[in-house]
Amino acid sequence: MRFGAQEFFRGPGQPFTITFGHRVLLPRENHVTLEPNEWSVGKLVSMATTHSAEAPDRDGLQEHFDATIARDQRIEPRDWMPDGYRKTLIRQIAQHAHSEIIGMQPEGEWITKAPSLRRKAILFAKVQDEAGHGLYLYSAAETLGADRADLTTRLIEGRQKYSSIFNYPTLSFADVGVIGWFVDGAAICNQVPLCRSSYGPYARAMVRICKEESFHQRQGYELLLTMMRGTDAQRAMVQDAVDRWWWPSLMMFGPPDDASPNSAQSMAWKIKRHSNDELRQRFVDMTVPQADKLGVRLPDPELRWNEARGRHDFGTPDWDELKRVITGNGPCNDRRMERRRTAHEEGAWVREAATAHAAKQAARAKDGAAA
Amino acid sequence: MSDDHVYMTLAEGHEDDTRWAYGTGFEDPLHGVDTTVPEGVDAGELADVCVALADDALVSAQRLAEWTTRAPELEEEVALANIGLDLLGQARLLYSRAGQVDGTGRGEDAYAYFRDADDFRNVRLAELPNGDFAFSTVRLLVLSSWRLAQFAHLVAHPDPVLSAIAAKGVKELTYHRQYAAEWVVRLGDGTAESHRRTRKALEQVAAYFGELFTAYDVRDEVAAVLCQVTGAAGLPMPVYRPLPGAGRAGDHTEHLAPLLAELQSVARAHPEATW
Repeated sequence: MRFGAQEFFRGPGQPFTITFGHRVLLPRENHVTLEPNEWSVGKLVSMATTHSAEAPDRDGLQEHFDATIARDQRIEPRDWMPDGYRKTLIRQIAQHAHSEIIGMQPEGEWITKAPSLRRKAILFAKVQDEAGHGLYLYSAAETLGADRADLTTRLIEGRQKYSSIFNYPTLSFADVGVIGWFVDGAAICNQVPLCRSSYGPYARAMVRICKEESFHQRQGYELLLTMMRGTDAQRAMVQDAVDRWWWPSLMMFGPPDDASPNSAQSMAWKIKRHSNDELRQRFVDMTVPQADKLGVRLPDPELRWNEARGRHDFGTPDWDELKRVITGNGPCNDRRMERRRTAHEEGAWVREAATAHAAKQAARAKDGAAA
Repeated sequence: MSDDHVYMTLAEGHEDDTRWAYGTGFEDPLHGVDTTVPEGVDAGELADVCVALADDALVSAQRLAEWTTRAPELEEEVALANIGLDLLGQARLLYSRAGQVDGTGRGEDAYAYFRDADDFRNVRLAELPNGDFAFSTVRLLVLSSWRLAQFAHLVAHPDPVLSAIAAKGVKELTYHRQYAAEWVVRLGDGTAESHRRTRKALEQVAAYFGELFTAYDVRDEVAAVLCQVTGAAGLPMPVYRPLPGAGRAGDHTEHLAPLLAELQSVARAHPEATW
C-alpha cells in the first residue's frame, strides 16, 4: 500500500509519457533539465547548508530558478532551488499534511454515531479521504528530502503545527455538515490557488485533493439542506453549529496581512498566490448567498453588502483567540495531540514487526539465492 | 487565470437533485432492480439469511470504524476504512433485500437503528472489542475467510438479488482476506513481541470459532486458509472449542449492547428527523 514518493510524483526531470486511450501526451512544459548531481537528488535536507558553497555556478542556478518562477513554470524535485524555498515548502506541506491527519479526529468521532447508514458511509469515506490526502502530502514533502516518520515525530512533539480549526470540538451531528460547508469550503479557497503553486509535486497533489474537498464540501452542504427540511430541533442544531464554527473558519486564512511575516516571500516564490485577507474576503463573499439559501444566520452583526466595493463588509475575528489556539490553548489541543501520540506509540510494535519481517524476508531471499 | 470552482455554485438553483451524489432522499440501494422473489425460494428463510449476514457486516464495520485515527500507520487507516466501507455497503444491500422479502417493507435504517441487541443475529466474534492490532487482524482473517467462503456459495443462490450481492462481495472479501493474511504473516514472523501478541490473539479468536460453521458447510475451506496462513506466519493452529449458545439465535456477549447504544444514539434521540 505504501506509495513511493518519487514514483508518485514523477516530474518532467525524469522523461515520461502519459497515455490516455490512444493519445500520447508529452510533458507540457519543456523544462531545461539539470544533470542529476550531488545537490539535486536524494536526501537534500542534510546537505542544504553546504551545497551552495560547493556549487560551481551558484549564480547560474539562482538565475535559472528565478527565470522558471518568472515564467510561471514549475520547479521539480531534481531542479536546484534556494534553501529558503525548500524549507518554506517542507514547513508548509508538512503543516498541511498534519492538518489532514489531525482533521480526521473531530469528524471521525461521529462515524460510529452517524444517524443513517447512508450518512455513515459518506462520513467514513470522507475521513478516509483525509488520510489519503495526508499520504499524498507527506509524499510530496519527501520529494524535498523530508521523511514522513521524522515529520510525524515533529508533530507529536509539538514542533510543527496543524490548522487551528481542528482544536474545536464537534458537539452534534450538524457539526459534520457545517465542517463540510465552512471548513472544507475555506480549505478549498486556500487550496485551489495552490494547484498553481510553483512546486510541481505540491501543485499536482493539490489538484486531486481539491477535487475531493469539493465533493466533501457539497456533501456537507447537502446534509445541512436535508436537516433544515427536517424538525425544529434539527434546524436549531444547524444554527448552533453555524454560530460556533463561523469565526474559527474565518481564522483558517491566518492572521491579517499586516501581521503575516512569511507571506511576502511565499508570494514572491509563487508558493502562495493570494494574501490571507483576500482569501478571507472571497470566502465571505461566496458563503453569504449559500447561508441565505440554506436559511441560517451568520453570527456577525457587521456583515453587510458594500455596494461601492462590490464585496461584503464583515467584522474582525478575535485574533487573540487565534493566538491562544495556535499556541496550544484551544479547547481540544491536548486531546488531539494525545490521540495522535497514542496511536503512534501504540502502533510502534506493529511497524517494528513489519520492518523485522521485511528484513527477514530479504535475508531469506539472499540465502536462497546463495544456496 | 481563474480560481473558479464548484464552491461558488453551491447555492445555484436546480430543477432536480441529480447533481448530488445518488440524489437526495436516497433510501433504496436496490432501486431499479427486479426484486420479485423467485418461485421455490422461501421468503422468510431468505430474509433470515440476509439479516444474519448484514448484522455480521454492520457490527464488523462499526468495530473497524473505531480504528479510525488509531491505526498504527496511515496506510492502515486507509485500508481498514476501505474494508469497513465495503462491509457497510454489503450490510445496506442485505438489509434492503431483507426488508423487501420479509413482508415488513422496512428500509435499511429500520434494521440498523431500531432493533435491540436481542434481535441482532451476528456471530459473537464480530462484536468483541478491537483489542490490539494483532487481535483485530486475526479476527479479520477468520471472519473474512469465513464470509468469503459463504459468499462464494451464495453466488449460486436461486434469489438473483442475493446472488448479485454475493458476487460483488466476493471481490471485496478476497481483498479483506489478503490484507489480513499479509498482516498475520508479518506479525507472526516479525518480532518476539508481535509473535507473542498474534499467538495470543489466535487463541482468543479460536474460542469463538464454534458458532461459525452452521449455516453453510465451509469449515474445511476456512480451516485450509488458516492452516496456510499460520504456517507461513510460524504460528500454531489454534484449537477449536465448542461455544454454547448462538449469535444467530440472538445470544450475545456483554459487548454488543454498548456497541449498538453508540451506533443508534443519534438516530434514536431524533426519531422524527430526516438525515
